[in-house]
Amino acid sequence: MLYLAQRISAMILAPLVLVHLVLIVYAIQGGLDAAEILTRTRGSVIWGTFYGLFVVAVSVHAAIGLRTIGQEWLRLKGGVLDALALSAGLGLLVLGTRAVYAVVAA
Amino acid sequence: MRDNSRQLEVRVWRGDPSGGRHIDYRVPELDNQTVLDVVTWIQRNSDPSLSYRFACRVGMCGSCAMTVNGVPRWTCRTHVRKVAQDSALTVEPLRNLPVIKDLACDMSGFFDKWDRAMGRFHATANRYDAIAAISPDSDRRREADAGIECINCAVCYAACDVVALRTDYLGPAALNRAWTLVNDARDGAQSARLRTVASDAGCHSCHSHQSCSTWCPNELNPTASIAGLKRTSSIAALTGKLSRNAG
Amino acid sequence: MIRPHQRHALRLAALVHRLSGIGLALFLPLHFYVLGMAINGDQALNGLLRWTEHPLLKTVEFGLVLFLALHLFGGLRLLVLEFMPWRPAQKTYAALAAALSVFFALLFLFRAV
Repeated sequence: MLYLAQRISAMILAPLVLVHLVLIVYAIQGGLDAAEILTRTRGSVIWGTFYGLFVVAVSVHAAIGLRTIGQEWLRLKGGVLDALALSAGLGLLVLGTRAVYAVVAA
Repeated sequence: MRDNSRQLEVRVWRGDPSGGRHIDYRVPELDNQTVLDVVTWIQRNSDPSLSYRFACRVGMCGSCAMTVNGVPRWTCRTHVRKVAQDSALTVEPLRNLPVIKDLACDMSGFFDKWDRAMGRFHATANRYDAIAAISPDSDRRREADAGIECINCAVCYAACDVVALRTDYLGPAALNRAWTLVNDARDGAQSARLRTVASDAGCHSCHSHQSCSTWCPNELNPTASIAGLKRTSSIAALTGKLSRNAG
Repeated sequence: MIRPHQRHALRLAALVHRLSGIGLALFLPLHFYVLGMAINGDQALNGLLRWTEHPLLKTVEFGLVLFLALHLFGGLRLLVLEFMPWRPAQKTYAALAAALSVFFALLFLFRAV
């Protein structure tokens, strides 16, 4: 059921986003530097798992959310609606996995 | 003391399913009058062809519900002084329902959804059985009691954004009733009802705007009832009680 | 167009939640793409990060952090509403969520400049 998937992905995202938010506020001081970030993430199993889970959950959550918006505000239906949701979800999953790989792969 | 010199500017929607427009009327402004009084005055003194509905005129039946200055209300319980802006008001039929003529809407779709949400009691006992012993203090009975004063006036239905956006959405009134029955220990159709409301046409589409609770003249809270349905159906789905074999 | 019957606090909260979600959904592909630049080495990523030092970009970042916080805290309010026993103080919670969001976003802004 899409409803349950949406709510469960939300529950998974909540703590992940909170950590990410705190991280953003912490890391932004003094400006962002690639080396500073990457030395922490490269080779890290923890960050790999954290952001890997994040990417999967957000792909599901955003796809279903966009599907609802497509249905209510754009009046899309059936195949077109599902295609929109699926492409959004897959797109985020692919790009997101690439990003996690990029910052974690040693 | 009556003051007959002031006038209200009343804009009323007139028309039928093929279309319509707003027509302006001037109505004597009184110190104490309701919007229903105003509509009645127009029909009796200005234009007898105006169609509208009312019955009890004392806030018990819900028949006189209309859109007043963009908000769905019971016109018999809406004082003109409270809603008029510079002695002007606009009266239109309820939103989200097909118009029959002028201010009268076709409520059959609203009642069809009540039926589809299984808003009907399914008895498990007959008159030879002992009366069910349900304590009014039990949690479930309290939940049911909080929602049973609904008189099907369709104000919540008219206020709901999701009803406007999805034609299949069962709506706050029907789902509120379903919730009261989910909490009725005597009802025998619990599984079937949960399956019906645990759908996109049912409780899952509610976005908790609470427009329904904001405008319900009986101060009911369909959003809370629908949240209860979400909770109950989610738990049922996760514990395998929602499938057809669950009985 | 916001109609008269829609002008109440919780309807605004719902709209904010939806719009912030859209904003985030549009931003994410870009975010993932930029991070993915690290595949080509640190310098590739650094080039783009330097570009975000521009005041206009910082303002956009502030907006995005605000969106993230609003969507998170508004979403938490909804999860509590749906999965825990009903609490009548929904408007209070919505206001609290908004206040927390602004707090985080401002914290970001003050540390960023």
